[in-house]
Amino acid sequence: MTHRGGEERIFSVDALARVEGEGGMHVVIRDGHVQDVQLRIYEPPRFFEALLRGRAYTEPPDITARICGICPVAYQMSACNAIEALCGVTVDGPLADLRRLLYCGEWIESHSLHIYLLHAPDFLGYDGAIELAADHRDLVRRGLELKKIGNQLVELIGGRPIHPVNVKVGGFYRVPSERELAQLAPRLEHARQLAIDTVRWVAGFDFPDHVWPGELVSLRSPGEYPITGGRLVSTLGLDIGPEEFEERVVEEHVAHSTALHARLVERGEYLLGPLARFALNAHELSPIAQDVAREVGLSPDERNPFRSIVVRAVEVLYACDEALTIIGRYRQPDRPAVDVPPRAGVGYGWTEAPRGMLWHRYETDADGTITSARIVPPTSQNQAAMERDLFNFVERHMHLGDHELGHRAEQVIRSYDPCISCATHFLDLTVDRA
Amino acid sequence: MSPVDTDSRPTLAVWKFASCDGCQLSLLDCEDELLAVADRVQIAYFLEATRATVEGPYDLSLVEGSVTTAHDVERIQQIRSASRRLVTIGACATAGGIQALRNHSDVDDYARIVYATPSYISTLATSTPISAHVPVDFELRGCPIDRRQLLDVIAAFLGDRRPNGVGHSVCVECKLRGNVCVMVAHGTPCLGPITHAGCGALCPTYQRGCYGCFGPAEDPNPASLSSQLDRLGIERVDLVRMLRSFNVEAVPFRDESARLDENGGSR
Repeated sequence: MTHRGGEERIFSVDALARVEGEGGMHVVIRDGHVQDVQLRIYEPPRFFEALLRGRAYTEPPDITARICGICPVAYQMSACNAIEALCGVTVDGPLADLRRLLYCGEWIESHSLHIYLLHAPDFLGYDGAIELAADHRDLVRRGLELKKIGNQLVELIGGRPIHPVNVKVGGFYRVPSERELAQLAPRLEHARQLAIDTVRWVAGFDFPDHVWPGELVSLRSPGEYPITGGRLVSTLGLDIGPEEFEERVVEEHVAHSTALHARLVERGEYLLGPLARFALNAHELSPIAQDVAREVGLSPDERNPFRSIVVRAVEVLYACDEALTIIGRYRQPDRPAVDVPPRAGVGYGWTEAPRGMLWHRYETDADGTITSARIVPPTSQNQAAMERDLFNFVERHMHLGDHELGHRAEQVIRSYDPCISCATHFLDLTVDRA
Repeated sequence: MSPVDTDSRPTLAVWKFASCDGCQLSLLDCEDELLAVADRVQIAYFLEATRATVEGPYDLSLVEGSVTTAHDVERIQQIRSASRRLVTIGACATAGGIQALRNHSDVDDYARIVYATPSYISTLATSTPISAHVPVDFELRGCPIDRRQLLDVIAAFLGDRRPNGVGHSVCVECKLRGNVCVMVAHGTPCLGPITHAGCGALCPTYQRGCYGCFGPAEDPNPASLSSQLDRLGIERVDLVRMLRSFNVEAVPFRDESARLDENGGSR
């Protein structure tokens, strides 16, 4: 839609497609300069932090999974970490391995969805994967095959791909036998090959010249690529535990969004997700993932958000490889879960969701009733960084016409794989030029 | 834009209201069938999958999510009038979802707990199912829906037949799978006897009691189940919590939880 009146020029594209959930974007240009950029997240709020009050300490894995249909395992894992920390219980050995394995399935599924169905069409000039399939059916089939194997892993351990039923505080309701897991190994070996093909394919895309200049933040866990926990570190020397997060990050509530904007105290906006994880942890990837990353010229110095699709593909490769390693060493534990007795206290937990670090905090009374809950999802943490990046991008591409600029700006946003359902969301692009 | 003028395939639209995206994701999770479905129907509006949109009317609209804003009250009317058939997918669209827990609380309190500036938040006091606003041709249950059922529903409406839905309880599915009853054998609290089938008795298969994510079965007897759970030593407060989750506003669950609550639900 375009309105023209005197000097003023406003246009809007109704909705940003191929993101999870719905949101809008508003750009104001005056006197040849970008004046304001807003990601408008107006997906209606669902008030999870409020409705968790009064619930039992055993319920957050099931309840918070419903925040996001794309990364429910991330919510379940962060919730378990926080509540187990609160109760003074550690889950390790094969149960921790199974959690990591389940999480690998979600990374494979979620990243494959984004690479093939949501993001790749931008680079190839298609409106979506269905349109892409009309010309390149085998490519889309490969993506769906990879995604399916990720889902099969989640389904085997969790019971179903979306909102798995088998996760509980302390572990699982039922653990798979060694044989059940081994049956998936040939599929994962196949997936690993598909992932290598995927890395090589996406690395050949034509990437716009663009750089995110700010701080990159990710978990770090010595000896492994960060998925299920660790400390939070950054390219500027941040190094904190989950209990320090609240003091170091402020969330702001702005009028144009039902998601809260996160900023590091005295440092500003920061970026989470594949680019940040890779920049800070590339040396922890398995040899095959490191080799393929090197082969396609991906280095920890990579700062182009458009190339995060390549990092996602490398992470899919790693997740397949890591899943095979875990399956290889798995021994079925005697019990599916450790006991987690309730107690009064506060607990913090975080994990690396496909889109970046997801933080949970719970407070319970002595019988385990939740008295307060706080959840900070990756997309709301990235929102300020996305706006900053969009600002820079539009500033440098103002010579483009409205239609082209709008489409390219949409692609900037998509390269971050925003999950608006998580952050709460509808990306409706409006550009206002005067 | 797609070549609409020459396309004779039936049109499919997917709409989102307050939800987690999981039920519409179920369509993309049909990895083996997705491209075949896209061959048979024209995907006319499905923002999660494609930028290309085609104007209505639509032969089949799938609606995910519950109604929680004044704007959405109007939007669902427009969608209904643009849709020949309208099917709700999932617990949010069919029963109001977990976010309907607000219906038992003060929504302003909720906004104050989550947001620093509640005045920026525009929301209704209630989360309501689609059927509270417009006529619905079929309701597909589950949190999330089962993707095999989704494929059957799409096939059914495109072929002008009723979906293969059944109204019996999860117990029947447990028997069909040969599961040992977790409640009888292990004393595990289970909502299976009053919960709608469709998941394939997933939770009991994983050694856990059903938690009711598919909502009430046809003609359930929740009071009888409450007595049984009481005999097993399940505390009243926990039983109320079990009934008040993803289908809290489904009438049999809502009424039974209210009855239990009045009789000392807070212990």
